[in-house]
Amino acid sequence: MATQEELHQAALKIGRANPEGRHGASTYLKHLDYSVLQQCIHCGMCLPTCPTYDETKLERNSPRGRIALMRLIADGRLEVTQAFGQELYFCLGCLTCETACPAGVRYGEMFEHARADIEHVSVLRNPGRDLVRALTLRWMFTRPRTLRALGRLIWLYQAGGLELLVRKLKLTRFLPKRLRALEPLTPRVQRNFTDALIRPIETPANRKYRVGLLTGCVQDLVFSHVNRDTADVLLANGCEVVTPRAQFCCGSIHVHNGELELAKQMARRNLDAFDLRHLDAVITNAAGCGTHLKNYRHLLQDDPAYADRAAEWSGKMRDIHEWLAQIGIRPPAVSTLQTVTYHEACHLCHGQKITRQPREILKAIPGLDLVELPESTWCCGSAGVYNITQPEMSQKLLRRKMANIVTTAAQVVASANPGCSLQLLAGVRASNLKIRVAHPISLLAEAYRKGA
Amino acid sequence: MDKIAANLVRMLGAERVLWEREHLATYGFDGTAALHGDAACVALPKTTTEVSDIVRYAAQNKIPIVTRGSGTGLSGGSVPVPGCIVLCLVQMNQVLELDPKNLTIQVESGVVTQRVAELTDAAGLLYPPDPGSMKISTIGGNVAENSGGLRGLKYGVTRDYVMGLEVVLANGETAFFGNKCVKDVAGYSMKDVFIGSEGTLGIITKVLLRLVPKPRAKKTLLATFSQLDAAAETVSAIIAAKVIPCTLEFLDRITVKCVEDYAHVGLPLDAEAILLMETDGHPVVVEEEAQQMAEIARNHGATAVQLAQSAAEAARLATARRAAFSALARMSPTTILEDATVPRSELANMIRFIQQTAAKYEVTVGTFGHMGDGNLHPTFLTNEKNAAEMARVEKAMEEIFEQAVRLGGTITGEHGVGLAKKAFLRKAIGDASLGLMRQLKRTLDPNNILNPGKIFD
Repeated sequence: MATQEELHQAALKIGRANPEGRHGASTYLKHLDYSVLQQCIHCGMCLPTCPTYDETKLERNSPRGRIALMRLIADGRLEVTQAFGQELYFCLGCLTCETACPAGVRYGEMFEHARADIEHVSVLRNPGRDLVRALTLRWMFTRPRTLRALGRLIWLYQAGGLELLVRKLKLTRFLPKRLRALEPLTPRVQRNFTDALIRPIETPANRKYRVGLLTGCVQDLVFSHVNRDTADVLLANGCEVVTPRAQFCCGSIHVHNGELELAKQMARRNLDAFDLRHLDAVITNAAGCGTHLKNYRHLLQDDPAYADRAAEWSGKMRDIHEWLAQIGIRPPAVSTLQTVTYHEACHLCHGQKITRQPREILKAIPGLDLVELPESTWCCGSAGVYNITQPEMSQKLLRRKMANIVTTAAQVVASANPGCSLQLLAGVRASNLKIRVAHPISLLAEAYRKGA
Repeated sequence: MDKIAANLVRMLGAERVLWEREHLATYGFDGTAALHGDAACVALPKTTTEVSDIVRYAAQNKIPIVTRGSGTGLSGGSVPVPGCIVLCLVQMNQVLELDPKNLTIQVESGVVTQRVAELTDAAGLLYPPDPGSMKISTIGGNVAENSGGLRGLKYGVTRDYVMGLEVVLANGETAFFGNKCVKDVAGYSMKDVFIGSEGTLGIITKVLLRLVPKPRAKKTLLATFSQLDAAAETVSAIIAAKVIPCTLEFLDRITVKCVEDYAHVGLPLDAEAILLMETDGHPVVVEEEAQQMAEIARNHGATAVQLAQSAAEAARLATARRAAFSALARMSPTTILEDATVPRSELANMIRFIQQTAAKYEVTVGTFGHMGDGNLHPTFLTNEKNAAEMARVEKAMEEIFEQAVRLGGTITGEHGVGLAKKAFLRKAIGDASLGLMRQLKRTLDPNNILNPGKIFD
């Protein structure tokens, strides 16, 4: 017993102990198709591409290690434990391992089931975490109007000068340490949200296609101009744009945080909001949403009322770059001289395997010099809410990303995911750089406007 | 168990000792199918002195030690034995010296092979051994397994590039064997005893490697065949024509499909077999050899011979080929990779035998391999939960090994014996060899603490 206590104390000191020792049986991993878990042959090809393994060199922090644990749990040889919970929340969910895996292992699917188990068994629960989850996952991100009202409040706070005052008076020092560190990350909320910028239906003169536009949550509040730019680019290329009002969150934040049932609810509401029969495609400009939106087919496959529509939805879902490459774009005529580097959002290059199309779009802009970014597919550390839940690892990744960006000497870093853009903006600010962060589609829209 | 961990914590600190179940389970296997073991704890030393301290402690207390790097082995060599200390050397990853005057590089054993390749390439040099797992495998692991790769035909294997080794012996003493001299006959070549010893004789902590100048030119060809035999005969004919290309890689139809599914490099999906052929060296010689190989391939029934148009395309093809084993895992839940090797004149014979055996036992086998070395990788695509099929796989495997030995070959060309091929070793090498190996093991590791039960009991 003495040695056990000694080890426990040693583990406590380095933050590796699980004082509560909570655990419970699996529900989700256990019912996952076993062949998905069996697919991994532990060859190790994923290891060098995993940002967390690269940092720690510990097997547990690698895809292969995590899959081994998930398989033990599915086999009933290990319970869902607190340490397992911590491990799966240390994972970025960047899906780099899926790109690296020659065997075609569907890590994302296992990861979502594992996090669902962790929430179901509540191995990580504490009052603060529960409150934040209830406020965000259950309240804000299930009610688009609430989210917008909250956005409006933040805008008032920021635009009305109160934020400046708070910062001047250093009032943030009264916040708990964790929140204080996060305060500078608060995104700049836009004056106008998407509904104020895009009419429900906009039709170009030369209509060739009819597409639905997803406006997103963060995109809607913080980057609503990207939505306007997307609509403009679509219109310029002969697409009628249908934008249903007050859309629901796609549910990716839910599925990535272990709320599978809520994610299904969100998916159903979005399916109800779009009349798929009259659309050639449904367009998203947020990579993180896109991967999940394309997955509705699997998410709702057991729901008799929605399975067919979900399959049709997945068939029609296109990332904006993918869609433009498919239909072919009209190249802009007027040039703006600028050097641009392209950061690849994980859920675009790994989640959707879209790497060529955004570059083609950027290269089609006259005067734009595209400089390749070293380690362009390495996660920037945003990873959904990872920069909030795992600030230390997230900051390490951001520093690595910024160092790579600096070597390109680019004036603009293009990124096609709102989460990445926020993270990169924070990086630019922290290093006092003069680098613009922009969506590739915004750069294209600007070129069109300049030529108009 | 806890006592071992607690003692190691006193030596290394808690950060570099793992004892929790969620950690241990992730060190319970390597790249081999269906082999697992439970360690008492994992130690992550950073220096030779730490390794030596751990070995002394283990020797005093007769605790087994299983050394590993990235755990990509394919014979179970680094699978823990019950209650052992797993000595994981990935944190010993310092590059110590690149010496262009003597054409050597010295690294700690946890350095990843790819890094050695990149560093030497940047200096205009080449470290030729390039095992399939080089992206993540460690040099220490490569030496301990005497790994091969895609360039064995012309350049040989890891052993041919090791000039010196630092080894921690079973009693905790540290020794350096070898030096930077091209010639050295001062006594037995002790480094050669440890190369390929699979962690059973000592713990390799530093490696001094020989480098060669980077070849000035390279050409990669892809030949397509409608019959397996024709590919094998092409290889034998190329070698008989006294052409030694650096690479002659073979993939059969199943493997081509899996690799193409993963890598999208434009491999011909309708071929029964393809040969990836590469020649390197002086530009004039490369040009001549490439033409000669293309001609031989066509004369032996190649339906098409294509030349890679750029270095990037050639690299994509080689990378795709390196993924063959893992890509085959797309087909079935369990993938068992074998490593039978025969003299090159017997290739066509061996390939036919593998096909017949697979048909006889009604099992699916994808075959690829380093044909220029006679090193084949028949890969069984099966399901470990299907006991009846697994039994047939075992039988088929045994017959393939026996045939390889009968043809003057070996049961393993580059993966090692480990646990997976232990049962076949005696047949392959004979009693005298095995007896001498045992004697050597007893001499160097009298307490039998270093990776016990691997290679032989």
